[in-house]
Amino acid sequence: MNFMGYRRKDGRAGTRNHVLIFPTIICASAVAEMISRAVPGTVSVSHPHGCGHMGEEKDLMVRAMAGFCGHPNVAGVLLVGLGCELLTPELIAGAMLPGQRYELLGIQAEGGTTAAVEKGKQLAARLLAEAADDRRVPIDISELILGTNCGGSDTLSGLTANPALGNAADRLVAAGGAVILSETPELIGAEQVLSRRAASDDVGRRIYEITAATEAIAIRAGVDIRDSEPSPGNKEGGLTTLEEKSLGAVLKGGTSPIRQVVDYAERPTEKGLVIMDGPAHDAVCNTGVIAGGAQVVAFTTGRGTPLGAPTAPVLKISSNSRIYRLMNDNIDMDAGVIMEGAATIESVGEALFREIIEVASGKPTKAELLGHGEFAIHSLGLNV
Amino acid sequence: MTVPALMIHPDDSVATAVRPLESGECVTVSAGGREMTVTLLQAVPFGHKFALRDIPAGENVTKYGETIGRATAFIGAGEHTHIHNLEGLRGRGDRR
Repeated sequence: MNFMGYRRKDGRAGTRNHVLIFPTIICASAVAEMISRAVPGTVSVSHPHGCGHMGEEKDLMVRAMAGFCGHPNVAGVLLVGLGCELLTPELIAGAMLPGQRYELLGIQAEGGTTAAVEKGKQLAARLLAEAADDRRVPIDISELILGTNCGGSDTLSGLTANPALGNAADRLVAAGGAVILSETPELIGAEQVLSRRAASDDVGRRIYEITAATEAIAIRAGVDIRDSEPSPGNKEGGLTTLEEKSLGAVLKGGTSPIRQVVDYAERPTEKGLVIMDGPAHDAVCNTGVIAGGAQVVAFTTGRGTPLGAPTAPVLKISSNSRIYRLMNDNIDMDAGVIMEGAATIESVGEALFREIIEVASGKPTKAELLGHGEFAIHSLGLNV
Repeated sequence: MTVPALMIHPDDSVATAVRPLESGECVTVSAGGREMTVTLLQAVPFGHKFALRDIPAGENVTKYGETIGRATAFIGAGEHTHIHNLEGLRGRGDRR
C-alpha cells in the first residue's frame, strides 16, 4: 500500500514540504520569527535553548535540533544563530543527515536584527523556491514512522481512543512500518505488560531501566508523583493512579512486539513498535518523536487539546463524543462512538489507519488548519 | 455497546462507568465470560470506577487484569473507587 509523499535526497520519505526558519539559540528566536512572518509559506519555532548545555544534555539538544531540522518533512531549513552561542547553526547543520537543503545566518555577522532579517528573507525565499519544485510521489507505507502521544486523558482513553490507535498501529506495523510509543512516566506500572512483548531480553531490561530512572526523579526529590501524575484533569475524568493511567496509555502502541528502546529524539533503526524514552509533556513528546523521524503523529485525548507541531501533522482522536463535539475545531476523529455502540475498536482502528495514510498524503489535520505549531525540547537540567 | 459500565478483564475488582450512574442503580458487567452484578452505594460520575466486590483495606485493586494501586480503606461492593480510597504505589518519594 502506498501513500503520496516526498522522496528526499537522503532516501527518506516526507509527508510535508515545509521551509523551516530555526533559531539554534534563544537569542535568535525573534529574528527567526520576523523572517518567517515576512516570508509567507515558511514556519518558525522558538525555544529557550542553545547555550549553557553540558554533557548528556548538550548531546540531546544537538540530536533533537538536528533531527528536527534535518527531518524529511522539512524541504529546507534556515538555521539562525547569534554568533557567540554553544549550539551554532554550523554545528546543527553538521549534525543533520547529509542531503538536507539548508542556509546559515548569524545576527552578529550580519550586523544586527534589521540586516539579519533582510538577509534571512532572501535565504528563506531561495529555500521556498527550491521547495516549490518538490513533488509528491507514491511511496510504500512501510516507510512511515507513526509517532503516538496522549494528553488530557480520561478513563475512556484506555477503553476507546488508545485501543483504537493501537489497532491502527498494529495495522501499520503489519504493513512493515514503524510506530513510536513514548512518554516514559506513563509506562510506569505497565512495564510487565510491555516487557512480555519485548523482542529481546535487552529490550525488556531497557523498559524497566527507563521507567526506574524516571520514577527515581520523584523518589530522589522526596515528592509524591501523584501530585502531578495523574494530572488534576485526569483525576476529574476518573483516573485514580499513575499505574491505571499507564495501563491505558500503553494500549495506543498496539499489541506487536517491542523491537527497540531509543533515547529522546533518537532515530529508531528498527521497524515495528519502538519505545522512545522521554517525558509525558505533550509538546516535548511530539517534538521528540518528530526529531526521531516520525512523519505523522496520532494523538489521543479525553479532556481535549489543541496541540499541533510545526512541521508534522498531528491527528487528534477523542476518547469520548462529548469532547469531540465541544472541541470540534481541534479534534479530527471520535473514538467515543465505540461507547455509543455505533462502532468497534476494530472499525475505528481501521478508519484511523486510513486517515493516517490520507494525512500522510497531504490531507491537513485540524491542528494544521488552525496553525498550531507547538514546539518544546526536553531539558535534562544539565545547564548553567 | 450501550452498557452502563465496563469491566475490562475477568480478574478486575473495579468497573468503569460509561454514563453517569445513580446511587442504588443495579449494574451488571461482564468480561471474559465472567458476569458480575452490584448495586451502587453512591452515584458514580461518567468515567469513574466502582468496586465489583468488597475490597479490604490494604488489598491491591485490579483493572486491565493488572494492579492499579492499593485500597487505603475498606471499599464495599458498589462503592465509588477513586483517590479517597485507592492510592498508587509508584513514584512515591513521599514515602522513602
